[in-house]
Amino acid sequence: MERVIDKWQARISEVTIGSKKPVKIGGETGMFFIKDEDQCPNPPLVAMEVWDMEPPAWPDTLKSNFGSALSDPSAWARLCVEKFSADMICLRLASTHPDSKNSSVQDAGKTLESVLKAVDVPLIVIGSDSPEKDNDVMVQCAETAKGQNCLFGIATQDNYKTLAAACLSGGHCIISEAPIDINIAKQLNILICDMQFSSDRIVIHHATGALGYGLEYTYSIMERTRLAGLSDDKMLSMPLINFIGQEVWRTKEAKTGDETQKDWGPAKDRGALLETATACAYLNCGSDILVMNHPKAVEETKKIIKELCKG
Amino acid sequence: MFVIGERINGMFKNVAEAIKKKDKAVIQAIAKKQIAAGASALDVNVGPTSDDPKETMKWLVKSISEVTDITLAIDTTKLDVMEAGLDACKAKSILNSVNANDDKLKNLLPLAKKYNSSIIALTMDKVGIPKDSDGRLELAMKIVASCMEHGIDLSDLYIDAVILPINVAQVHAREVLKTIRESKMLANPAPKTILGLSNVSQGALPKYKSLINRTFVSMAISSGLDAAIMDAEDKDLMESVITAELLMEKQLYADSYIDAYKKSKNLS
Repeated sequence: MERVIDKWQARISEVTIGSKKPVKIGGETGMFFIKDEDQCPNPPLVAMEVWDMEPPAWPDTLKSNFGSALSDPSAWARLCVEKFSADMICLRLASTHPDSKNSSVQDAGKTLESVLKAVDVPLIVIGSDSPEKDNDVMVQCAETAKGQNCLFGIATQDNYKTLAAACLSGGHCIISEAPIDINIAKQLNILICDMQFSSDRIVIHHATGALGYGLEYTYSIMERTRLAGLSDDKMLSMPLINFIGQEVWRTKEAKTGDETQKDWGPAKDRGALLETATACAYLNCGSDILVMNHPKAVEETKKIIKELCKG
Repeated sequence: MFVIGERINGMFKNVAEAIKKKDKAVIQAIAKKQIAAGASALDVNVGPTSDDPKETMKWLVKSISEVTDITLAIDTTKLDVMEAGLDACKAKSILNSVNANDDKLKNLLPLAKKYNSSIIALTMDKVGIPKDSDGRLELAMKIVASCMEHGIDLSDLYIDAVILPINVAQVHAREVLKTIRESKMLANPAPKTILGLSNVSQGALPKYKSLINRTFVSMAISSGLDAAIMDAEDKDLMESVITAELLMEKQLYADSYIDAYKKSKNLS
């Protein structure tokens, strides 16, 4: 049977993140991993999550991989890079949330500084999901990490100006997010670019659904985004990111222990398997950065990326 | 849509004067203005009055090439002028135009092949322009077959169904639209389609020309039009093109879709 190879008008923009050991993402010339279409110039990267506090809802099967490092973000980051070969670190400043520890803006800055010192890999920095507090925290953090070319998140249609301005002044890249709405995603990118933000410093997050939790909606919208980008729609030609670990470890399938569900397979493997399977699906709809949690899932996903990029 | 700017044509007074005085700055300014307005290529036509069309074509192409490497459509009916233009063009070129006459096809298609040029082909022959779409499609098929014989990739072929001025040939507009639609069925991959848009409003009252142009281009886009030689500096016309393509789902909707189109094309 004849293989149909599409000729695309444009390529996905290439975004450089980090300063000590910068990485490039994006630059795809076709749909991911299709031989003769996508030259796969920058294989997708796996980032690992590091929190500024011990994650309260993580089950032991996940927490046990990190031991005492869970209480020290810089040790945790080092462990992820040195032992688990994370390509990037995603620092989640969860403790700053007013309903959590409400840690101060200054504390967040100090945590970021310590992680920046601890590892050479590029950093993704995200807040606590409290829009108001995040604005303050991110302004401080963008200043603290000035010149380090981090990837900051998360800009939304209702709250992008402060973050975009902070990233511009600190020389950082930005994550733009419009949950499951490709038209708003495009509009948000236009608005961010209107602030003199270069389109090759934006990474898109549509949403991430775990396997069995709406993954297919995100999958199809990411695929459409990629097709638009390859068809020369510059406002949708950015690389894509997914928060795999965050979503998978919210599901009951990942969290439930052996004592409650004996016929679901061993809990110690189940979460990592779900994380790997979810990551695989997102690789195939164009994800450029997978933010993950479980070391075993990270290891497996990196192997799969290597295989896929062989062509 | 692939917009070919129409302004570098010796029929326009300022271009004719610039040619006469060999004032390349005027030509270069017109080129830059059209590109800034959204042209993806520029048509180059020496006009009817040039004493030495071959040299004039070379001079025009070289003058434009000094300021841009955009695609140029070499617009002439003379074989030697065509070759001079294609040869002078270092960027991608378009041969404008061939038609369904045997001698035209025989002489011009090898030239397009030699210079790796795209081709604009008019659906007319010695007899003239057919009145209906069936006649136009018959000629289009002849052109497609001839291109295939010459080993030309059909995605490099633009079929021009030849729109005539609405004030004298009203019946043609509908037939042109039908030809655009059905040209897509002539081959796989399908040839592309193009119009010399301004012709439709030739002779109409000046105040209605832009309106006629943008209404017709929207209708043609809904029939599948891929490209047009047109006035890229007509803002209303350009915005109609962008909107018609949006409605045909060629672009994804965003509230600021006009702005998005301009950003995608690096326009101001």
